[in-house]
Amino acid sequence: MINRKTDILIIGAGPAGLAAAVAARESGVESVLVIEREKEPGGILRQCIHNGFGLHRFKEELTGPEYAQRDIDRASDLNIPVECSTTALSLSADRSVICVSAEKGLQHIEAGAVILAMGCRERPRGALCTPGTRCSGIYSAGTAQRFVNLEGFMPGKRVVILGSGDIGLIMARRMTLQGASVLACVEIMPYSSGLNRNIVQCLQDYNIPLYLNHTVTDISGRERLEGVTVSRVDQNRKPIPGTEIHFDCDTLLLSCGLIPENELSTGAGILLSPSTSGAVVDETFETNIPGIFSCGNVLHVHDLVDHVSAESQKAGASAAAFIRNKKHTTSFISVCDGDGVRGTVPQKIHRDADQEIQLMFRPTQVFRNSSAVIECDGQILSRKKAMIFTPGEMANIVLKPEMLNHVNGDSITVRMERN
Amino acid sequence: MEQIITCINCPVGCRMQVVLSDSGEFVSVSGNTCPRGSAYAKQECTLPERMITAVIPVEGSRIPLSVKTSSPVPKDKIPQIMDALSSVSLKAPVRLGDVIISDILNTGSDIVATRNILL
Repeated sequence: MINRKTDILIIGAGPAGLAAAVAARESGVESVLVIEREKEPGGILRQCIHNGFGLHRFKEELTGPEYAQRDIDRASDLNIPVECSTTALSLSADRSVICVSAEKGLQHIEAGAVILAMGCRERPRGALCTPGTRCSGIYSAGTAQRFVNLEGFMPGKRVVILGSGDIGLIMARRMTLQGASVLACVEIMPYSSGLNRNIVQCLQDYNIPLYLNHTVTDISGRERLEGVTVSRVDQNRKPIPGTEIHFDCDTLLLSCGLIPENELSTGAGILLSPSTSGAVVDETFETNIPGIFSCGNVLHVHDLVDHVSAESQKAGASAAAFIRNKKHTTSFISVCDGDGVRGTVPQKIHRDADQEIQLMFRPTQVFRNSSAVIECDGQILSRKKAMIFTPGEMANIVLKPEMLNHVNGDSITVRMERN
Repeated sequence: MEQIITCINCPVGCRMQVVLSDSGEFVSVSGNTCPRGSAYAKQECTLPERMITAVIPVEGSRIPLSVKTSSPVPKDKIPQIMDALSSVSLKAPVRLGDVIISDILNTGSDIVATRNILL
């Protein structure tokens, strides 16, 4: 086994890993190494050929591959090594990683700091408990996207989509443009979690019906999928007998949510948050294990890659500061989810934090004409008003360092308030 | 003539009523809560446009080339443009930004590569 050392090791060369690597190098750390299990860098953006990326960061609308290429080029200009086809097998709390590649075999890499940037996975059929047979023709929407956009073949001809997240909507259009018939998009909730833009441009443009308050209640077919049954659900999301609609189809795509991929993290003893399924981090994106940082979709699922990049730049700079031995106090204020809020990141803040901190969270439901507030012992530290907050769009509220002087206790709470 | 559309500019998603003259000219819009809504309603009801993205096979490459239109094209041209793209064959190398087809179907928009295929 090869033994190597590096100052900062980054796991994953998607937008999070690349932005973190560039920021770490720009903060003055010479020895930065990125490992990536795919054959080339870019992460999931490689298969997101549609446009709409980069409006915040680059002030222009790019496709996924174009956005990724900007980070790849920047990393390449800085001579940051990105070793592809290399899979991390385990991570230890002493900041060492065992990884494997066909070219180099097993490697043991000891790092001064590790940045986790492994991204997320789609919720699979097994996690949805859909009834029916175990035939072929059932794919997660992202798998189908990979087949069509990266491998150049179509997974089916007559398609039903379960779940109306953005990936499902984008695939409804993509499959249609490539000649498939998309019969329906089925959503168990009374609203779609996708962007209005995608509902209009991916479904309405192609007359694809969106069935809200519906779910798949049967799947039939022996070898290959032959059809699905869709039923209306009541307010408790239970199917209503007698409302069945049958669709003859050979393909069912699942777009039912994303889960951060943290198998490596738990192996190292990193504490995960039950509400984000990502690591519990402080405002520097450091986990409970010193010198191990987490950013991007492995930390919490984002809607916009622009926000992934911004967060990961901070994580990269923090890892560089850790290498330079910049110490904080070990006294933390915890950040709690209050009414109408879930998944607030970071979950804790150093008492001596000296920079503005963005608290990111998702509202639990649609709030119109409401405010997000940061509260401590009944005192409002900060308030942010908006016409609308929705669960489909991550929100944030800024905590200024001087506000920390008003925190006497051990915690602050982020919550929603109707105006 | 009246048309009802959903605004796509932000998550509010205003439902807007657009009034068009008999010849299809934009007359007025209501239901929007900001100026971006009225601009979108006018465009969408008179000359709706979309960006198109697709992939094209490249000889000898396992990965197809992803492409886009260099600017939004009229929505009703989408099927013809997809047809035109399905008959294109390419050889590597292709670089991000290369023009694959210029002025596709007289739209004034080019088909442009959005990644490198170098082989």
